[in-house]
Amino acid sequence: MEFLYSLFSFLYQFGDAFAFLVLSACGLAVIFGMMGVINLAHGEFILCGAYVSTSVTHMGVPLPLAILAGSVAAGIAGMIVEVAVIRPLYKRPLDTIVATWGISMIVTQGTLIVLGTTMAGSGTPFGSFSIGNYSYSVYRVVLMIMALVTLAALWLMFTKTRFGILARATIQVPHVAEALGVNTNLVYSMTFGLGAALAGLAGGLYAPTMTLVPTMGSSFMVEAFVTVVVGGADIFLGTAPAAVVLGFIKATLTSWQGQLAGQIGMLIAVIIVIRILPRGISGKILKERA
Amino acid sequence: MRKDVILDVINLNSGYGGKPVLQGADFQVREGEIVAVIGRNGVGKSTLMKTLIGLLPTDKGSVNLRGASVDLLSAHKRARKGIGYVPQGRDVFPRMSVLENLLVGEAISGRSIAGKVEEIYKYFPILKERADQRAGTMSGGQQQQLAIGRVLMGEPSLILLDEPSEGIQPNIVQDIARIMVELNRETGVTVVFVEQNIDMIRAMAQRCYVMDKGRIVAELDQDMLQDRNTIRQYLSV
Repeated sequence: MEFLYSLFSFLYQFGDAFAFLVLSACGLAVIFGMMGVINLAHGEFILCGAYVSTSVTHMGVPLPLAILAGSVAAGIAGMIVEVAVIRPLYKRPLDTIVATWGISMIVTQGTLIVLGTTMAGSGTPFGSFSIGNYSYSVYRVVLMIMALVTLAALWLMFTKTRFGILARATIQVPHVAEALGVNTNLVYSMTFGLGAALAGLAGGLYAPTMTLVPTMGSSFMVEAFVTVVVGGADIFLGTAPAAVVLGFIKATLTSWQGQLAGQIGMLIAVIIVIRILPRGISGKILKERA
Repeated sequence: MRKDVILDVINLNSGYGGKPVLQGADFQVREGEIVAVIGRNGVGKSTLMKTLIGLLPTDKGSVNLRGASVDLLSAHKRARKGIGYVPQGRDVFPRMSVLENLLVGEAISGRSIAGKVEEIYKYFPILKERADQRAGTMSGGQQQQLAIGRVLMGEPSLILLDEPSEGIQPNIVQDIARIMVELNRETGVTVVFVEQNIDMIRAMAQRCYVMDKGRIVAELDQDMLQDRNTIRQYLSV
């Protein structure tokens, strides 16, 4: 029995790490994988989702709708940023890094000036349950389910919908997609908006579990980046498997030696993966298929 | 009675980054024609095709589709006006399936047309066989058929084909030429194609323009196209 308790505890830790990696990374992965843009303002779209959803919750709106509102707000902000800042820089990928970094700083400092150093949270809903000697948060289980739902929804969107097919065509051979009647500028805007909306979703989902401060985006950035770096450009062949591998390493080391060991172990794993697979897991798979 | 002009190109100039390639091309194509554009390498044939679809901007002169200028329209808007473009080297979407490639072609019309995929499969049965295969893994000839099928999905009234025979086995070249003639006869679609392969030119073209140094320098009619040596001579102008 003791073994089963420990096993459950480990699976919970793994699920929790996996969910955080997937949810914080998928927006970054969509924008990097589909557009080749490294979005350093990713954390600020997460911030936007967290702040909007929490403010809306304070107005009395139920949490699921509030999270949706946060995601939509971040998506709209993303489309505006794409048109105003990213679009003129498509042929200059290095400059997009600097530009998005600039946006990140402006938003963080702007939030600090306008809304102050912290925002009252909404509290984690659903309470907890106990198995053996340990107590677990129900909401964290909801987050694990949401991570899987998000991956499934993205997969359906990119393979089964018209937008998904046109978006993949645009990413593979842009000039031909354009010549076939695809409004490629619109596709880029919507893809960037989608990535930002996913970041906003992560912010909205994690807002009830965190202290809301203007720099909160940065606490997602490390996980988001290591997942995308290990996974490579493809969200399904890359991000999801990377989250499994990294989540497993993090959960193992955390249950063995504590949080710090989990974090260090994950970063060491990333360094090793970059040495062996410079283009990430999906780069390796795609190369072998080609 | 002569049919209406579908494509009217007047003193067309364009190029890459300020370097002129097309230098005053003038020609007309009528509804339902199959017209070849021939000439040596580097005379501007592909540049002409890219300028017609709008992937390269017009520097001077104009392109008119059924009497209306399309010069200020971006490529996707021209496509939606009925111009279908099959690029040199096919450029299928390599990591998408054959069927997905075809579905992208619907973007031209902005709607899905019931039964259209089956109709394309009738002309190109290989695409039905390979519907789930990733396009990047097919042979050049199969990819060319896919690229043509893809553009047909949007029911264009004018198809621009850039060197359809390039890198394709001779028997497939003949097949593609035969299918294009059949399509033209059955649907009335107008075809303008750039080509260097004499067999393909003779199998498809009803008329032929000769290009040199970015301009149209001669026109060959059906009778002149019967003579291989005439074509060969112009290909090496």
